[in-house]
Order: sequence, then C-alpha cells, then structure tokens
Amino acid sequence: MNKYSIINTRLPRVDARAKATGAARYTDDLSMTGMLYGALLQSPVAHARIKNIDTSRAKKLPGVKDVATAQEAGAVRFGVSPARYDETIFCIDKVRYIGDEIAAVAAESLESALEAASMIDVEYEELPAVLDPFEAIREGAQVIHSDYPNNIGAEVHQEFGNVEEAFKTCDYIRTDKFVNKKQDGAFLEPQACLAVYDPDEGLTLHSSTQAPHYVQRTLAMVLGLPIGKVRVVKPYVGGGFGPKASASTLELTACLMAMRTGRPVKMTFTREQVFWHSRARHQFFHELTTGVKKDGTLVALKNTCYLDGGAYSSFGIATVYYAGSLLGAPYKLPNMKYDGYRVYTNKPANGAQRGHGGVAARAAWEQQLDVIAQELGMDPIEFRLRNIMQRGDVTCNDFNMSSLGMKECLEAVRDGSQWEKKKGKLPRGKGIGVACGFFVSGAGFPIYRSETFHSTAMVKLSEDGGTVNLYTPAAEIGQGSDTILTQIAAEALGVRYGDVKIASGDTDFGVDLGAYSSRQTLMSGHAVKQAAEEAKRQVLEVLSEQLGIQADEMDIRDGLVLFKGDGVDFSALRSNYIKEHRGWTDPPTGDRLTFVEAARMAYLARGTIVGRGAYKPGELGGKYKGAAVGTSPAYGCSAQVVEVTVDMETGQVTVDRMTDAHDCGFAINRTNVEGQMQGSLSMGLGEALFEEIKFDGKGRVANPTLGEYRIPTCLDMPNVETIIIESDEPNGPFGAKEVGEGAIMPTIPAILNAVYDATGVRISELPVTSERVFNALKAKKQQ
Amino acid sequence: MKRLITLVVNKKACEIAVEPNRTVAQVLREDLGLLGTKIGCGMGDCGACTVLLDGRPVNSCLVLAVQVNGREIETIEGVSNGKDLHPVQKAFVEHGAIQCGFCTPGMVLSAKTLLEKNSSPSEPEIRKALSGNLCRCTGYQKIVEAVRQAAEMMKK
Repeated sequence: MNKYSIINTRLPRVDARAKATGAARYTDDLSMTGMLYGALLQSPVAHARIKNIDTSRAKKLPGVKDVATAQEAGAVRFGVSPARYDETIFCIDKVRYIGDEIAAVAAESLESALEAASMIDVEYEELPAVLDPFEAIREGAQVIHSDYPNNIGAEVHQEFGNVEEAFKTCDYIRTDKFVNKKQDGAFLEPQACLAVYDPDEGLTLHSSTQAPHYVQRTLAMVLGLPIGKVRVVKPYVGGGFGPKASASTLELTACLMAMRTGRPVKMTFTREQVFWHSRARHQFFHELTTGVKKDGTLVALKNTCYLDGGAYSSFGIATVYYAGSLLGAPYKLPNMKYDGYRVYTNKPANGAQRGHGGVAARAAWEQQLDVIAQELGMDPIEFRLRNIMQRGDVTCNDFNMSSLGMKECLEAVRDGSQWEKKKGKLPRGKGIGVACGFFVSGAGFPIYRSETFHSTAMVKLSEDGGTVNLYTPAAEIGQGSDTILTQIAAEALGVRYGDVKIASGDTDFGVDLGAYSSRQTLMSGHAVKQAAEEAKRQVLEVLSEQLGIQADEMDIRDGLVLFKGDGVDFSALRSNYIKEHRGWTDPPTGDRLTFVEAARMAYLARGTIVGRGAYKPGELGGKYKGAAVGTSPAYGCSAQVVEVTVDMETGQVTVDRMTDAHDCGFAINRTNVEGQMQGSLSMGLGEALFEEIKFDGKGRVANPTLGEYRIPTCLDMPNVETIIIESDEPNGPFGAKEVGEGAIMPTIPAILNAVYDATGVRISELPVTSERVFNALKAKKQQ
Repeated sequence: MKRLITLVVNKKACEIAVEPNRTVAQVLREDLGLLGTKIGCGMGDCGACTVLLDGRPVNSCLVLAVQVNGREIETIEGVSNGKDLHPVQKAFVEHGAIQCGFCTPGMVLSAKTLLEKNSSPSEPEIRKALSGNLCRCTGYQKIVEAVRQAAEMMKK
C-alpha cells in the first residue's frame, strides 16, 4: 500500500472542467444590476507638472455619473512596501510616465465613460523626461520624486565575508557586464475589477489579483474604511506572474467611484493599459566579478547592479535586494559583496515577475561561471558539482538549505541530456549549455511588519457528513493552488479527492498573503493540513467515545475508518446513522465504517465540526539589514541543459531541446509540477530570445500589443524533458516546497551557454536576437 | 443605428439588434451571455476569443457582428453536449493542459477544428494549428499532448 492516496499523484485539477467548458468566471465576466463602467484618463506625456484640470465638459456628457480627480480621491499614499509608499490614486502635482493616472469617469456605458475621460482638459507644463537610469543619477538630472533628489529610490550595500581580501587569494578573477530588457507579464487576462458598495455592508471588490489580503489592507487605508468593512474576492484569474500582486489605481478608482455613486463600478484594462501599468520585470545592469582557485573552488563574488525602476517603487525595494541575495547559492561561496541601486525613470513602474529580482543576475552569473570553467579547462558540470551546496548547508548570507537536491538535479540533466556524448562534440552551429538556480519557498516575512500568520485555513465538515468544505483565502491564479490545497486537505483528513469542496481567494475566509514568492504550497499547504488534521482529530475523538477505542488505535483513509485491532463492533453506530438517514438515498453498506458515518456522529455529538489551521515561518536566519528579502523556510532548486541550433549566416537561434530537473521537495501533484516547470521554461525562453518592451524617444511604450511584444507561441517552444527531484523538505507540508519560480532561473543562462557552444560568441545583452548574434559573429570574424 | 441580424449560435437560431461597430466577441459576451469567449487583447493577437464561424476558427474580436448575419457560430459553450465533455475537453482536463484557463476555450476550438479535418495530425501539424492561440502558463507541451490524446480518443 502506498504511503499516500491523494498526493504525489496526477489527479486532474479541481477547476479543469469549468475551464474546459467555458463555465469558469473571471472578473470581467461579472456584472450587476445598475452597474456603471469606469474609464481612466492617463497621461500622454512622460514628465510634466499639472497646471490645471478642467472636468466641466466631461461632467456634462449624458450618462456620466462620476468624474474623479485627486481633488476627490485625496492624497493618501500607498504602494507595496510601507517604506516606499510613493503613489496616490491620481496624480496630484505631476505626471511621471506615459500612462500615469490623472482622473477617472464612471458612466452608464463604457463608450460614454471613455468619451467623457477624453473630454477632461488637462494643462501640462512639460518637464524633461528622464528615460535612462544612468542619466537619472547624473548630477543635475531632473528630479522625479522630490523625496529622492538623486533619483535613487532604494539602495543596498551588503558584504558577507571579505571580498577584497578573498580576491587576493584567487588564481583567476574575471569581470563581466550583463543587461536584460524590461519584460511584460503578458498574462492572457487583462486586469479587471468590480467594486460594490453598501453603506451597511461596506465595500466588496471582485478583482483579478494575486493578493486579496494586501489589496484589502490598501483599500481600507487609502479609502479610510475600517478593514472589517472591506472584502476582496478573487474570481478565477487568468495568470499573474507578479504584476497582479499589489493593489492598483484601477482597483482603488473603481472602489472610490462605487462609494461616491452608490452603484457597482466595473473597470477593465485594455491590453495597451496592461503594458502601461506594467509592474513586471525590471531592466537590470549587472557587473559581476568572480574569483576562483585553480582547482575550480569558488572564492568570492562582487556584484554591482543598477535597476531601471520606472516611475514608482512598486515591489522595487524587494527587487533590488533579491538582485543581490539570490546569487551565491546553490554554490558554496564564502565571500559575497553586493551594491544595488534602484533608479527612478519616467517610464512605467517595474515590479515583480516570476523569479523576482534574480533572473537577470542568475543569467549573468551562470554565463560567467561557464567562461570561468572553460578558462580553467574544466567541464561546466564538473565545475558546478565541485562547488555545489547540499542539504544542511548555509549560505554566507544565512540562507539555510534545509533540503537541497541540487546535485541530484545537475546529475539528472547531465544524464538525461546525454551531456557527455554531446558537450564539445557537436558540429558548428549546434550547441549545448547548462545552468543551475534556486529560489525561495515563500518570503520569510510579510510585506508590512507584523506578527501576522502568513496563511490561515478552515475545514468544516458538512453536518450530513458527506462533504468537506475547505475555506482558504489563498489565491488560485492558474498555478493550481486550489488543486494542491484540495489534495492536501483530502490526504490529511483521509477522505477522497471528490469529497473536498474548496472555496478560496476571499478575505472573509481569513488571512493569506497571496500568490507571490512561490509561497502557497508550503505556507497555505501547512495551514490547510493543520486544519484538516484538527477536523480529523475531532471525528476520531467522538468515535473513540462511542466505540470505546483509543483514538490512536484508529485512522481514516480513502473515506473509510481503519481500526488497528480486529473485530470492532460498530453496528450500533451504523444503525444510529441509518435511523438519522431515513429517506436519504445512500445508506452505508459493507463491512467498513465510512467517514461519512463517523462525521455525522461527530456532528450529532458536538455540533458542526470545524478544524482550523494557521502558519507562519519559524525563526529564520540573518540578522543583517535586508535579511528579510531572501530568507525563507525552504529553497527549491533546479538545473537545465538546453540544446540549440544557430544559423551561422543569419544568427537565428532555435531551441531544439530542453532537459529540466527541479527539486520541489515532494510533488503534491506531479502533473502540476511539470506544468510549472514547462511554463517557467517558456517564459525564460521568451525573455532570452525575443521579449523586450521598447520605448520611443518620449518614453512611450512602442510595442504595447501581443503582436509586437512577442511571447513564445506553440511553434517556439520545444518539448521539455521534465525530471522531478524530491528531497523531502523538513519545513514543508508532506516535504513539499516551491516549483513555480525557481524553474525559470537556469533557462536564460543555459540558452546563452548553448549559443556560445554553437558559435563561439558570448552574448551579454538580451534578447538574443538574430541581429545581435549576427553582429557578434561578424565582430569575431574581423578580430 | 442598430441593425437586426439573424444567426445560428451553438445550433440555436438568434435574432439580435446590434450597433454596426460591435464585434462578435462583444455580442456573444454581452448580448447572448456566452462568457466562455474570452477577450485577451481585442486586436486579434492572442486567440483567446476564438470561435468557429461556419466551422472555421476566427478571432471574434476582429469580426463585426453585422458580418455574421445569416451565418453559424460555435462557441466553447456549444462544444460539449452539456453532460459529456468533448474528447478534446476531456483530454485537456486529464493531461494538465489547463492552468489559468483563459486561453483554454480558444485552444479547445482550434484543436477541435484541426481534429475534424485531420484525424491523425503530426506534432508539427498540431503546433501549427494552435500557433494563433497564445498561452503564457503551460509552455504548450501538455496542450500538444492532450490534442494527440484527443485524436486517439476520437478514433475509437
């Protein structure tokens, strides 16, 4: 008999049928009687003082019910981290990027709302737009936020060990620069929300969000409502990947206008607005210096990074920390120094995106490690294995690798890709490359300082005994948390998968910090497991009382009660149940006592059976400034081997094959783990080969469509060999940890290393377009 | 000025008065309540709004409602018979081809059209048929596997 019935399987998603039939409802699918449509007025210039706003023409348009500007919205600041609240609902004195929100209209139809928004007259006094982060930090540059006169919104200086001293002991040191491009989340569902206000019940916001809890807090704070009067409900969400993890002006505006008009207000971004709002991957400018010994031992890393932040902080204060703290591991590195600067520019704000802060750093470093291995005459895999961390190792910045199947991942992709047969043996134009990476399983601390639990959950057994209701505020955004949490509840309680009915993503159910930093399997999973176990304990206690058997002599599994001893007589209990059950259609039969009978008896004895769960991480390492960004109860890790073909005439890169191994601790659902791996690789491939937000000279997004901003199509993605490594994480529920973000880490550098293997040229600027490869090949020929 | 159009949607005849600037996607969602058709870009780039017009997949955000007067449309709501899933839907459910689900209705319709024309498509044929439907979640692999599985199921 397997240890588990429900987890570590390939059960289909709980929401798959609803999504396959079109029955699943997303935010923009919702509507209400009397609903108004909202539209925003957004800045057409990148940097200007607002001299005057005249809404009189807009207000006169028939059908218009509300026009709001900063005068109506007030000046309460918000953002992601309380240390960097630098946004207001609407611009007050200045606009800071093309797309900055100035005003909004609510009207009987979307057409009227859009027309009225276009009739708001704004007088601007244009200021020089600062579009380049290195221009922005020059003496005398135009200041974007008066609180930050040098345009540096956040900076980080950390040193672990002593890098300069350590470099003196190195046999080989090299410095490389690397730059990526601003990426877009490109989730298929544009942000949408529907706000409903009732003076007695308070405010309810239905929103396409990754983090209902943070949105709830922000709405209460900015709109001046008691937090108990604000409810945020998340319908199905069409992908998030980071940019939907914080409260937005869209949400605040809909709520503001719903409160002012007393009518429901719906607002939905167009695709162009998704690009303007952005909050996706930053552009990072890294300079890395790494020192090693002759034998390949890594000794020291010095990392300097400038981040193009855009007009507001968003998640940036965490991003600038992650761009440093996510290096070092998964290798033993005793000395690491990091200087990071996040710079304001007059462009859409950057925030978090899959692999938050670490993706460009990882690409830069893993490519540099490849160069170093070559200089030392070592195979890149052998070089990495020499330095690999293992379970129980602690990084110099105090990350505890309580489980780490890094070595197993690397060996698995080496063998799975037949690396030894291919490396150094492929014809010109064909190449193979490898890289590794790791990521947190949930941020160790909430975004605001608090002792709050990170996840709570409630399991209620239906009074008839037949259904298990799981209430979790966790956010299903497509990644599969509803499925994972349902599986965990069913396994922990001992019922069948179909017996559990999940309701999620509603702040009325409790606190869950949301779907970001790859936290829900571990953190929400712990809370759900605990809640289910508590419900089970109560059922067993009642059985114990009624049957006179010790609770620990019984168990529940697959919907049946198991007795350790033989010959247990439960006939009295069964006849009682059948008496209760008169007229119902499914009387229990068979020689086993069912969970349904037991749960009904528990209800009759004690009233509704409710199990509660709550989780927050225990004591985590790191007492230094910034230790909160990167410390986590567990770390996932992965290795990838990529094979490419490069057209030596045109420079066109085709990814032929990807072999990926990821250590997720323990796979609650194997199909979902593979899905996260394949999706991560796809996003990484896109960023490596063609994704790039382009700007014109005035700071306008030049390619704000999914036609001109290319993400991978079915024809761009090769099949991926996915290898699941399970290292049994002691801090995870059933040993599980992350997979959603860590899997993207090695993709870009593995592609870069394969391109080098095929061509002999190193590309240090993304994306790896054919033009860039062509020019590098040409330059190499001319040498 | 509104124009009266008649069309067949999911095998049911409808008569609707529409403004000439409204798209099929808008009319399906707002007038007929067929919310399974998703709008991801409104510009024909993403394929989320794919429906079948006289049996051929189209981006319904690019087709004006007045253009479908007298024609037949099938949306995701018309794919299963209400009780049993279509083999393509079944394979999508079983093979993990669905994550966020926003691209799924369009993907299912594109895949179904392919399999109706070609009962044993090769992998390149499957990939080509789905190349107008963007998915940001899955990396496409499980979708391709599901279509192959659906082809097998439809042969039986």
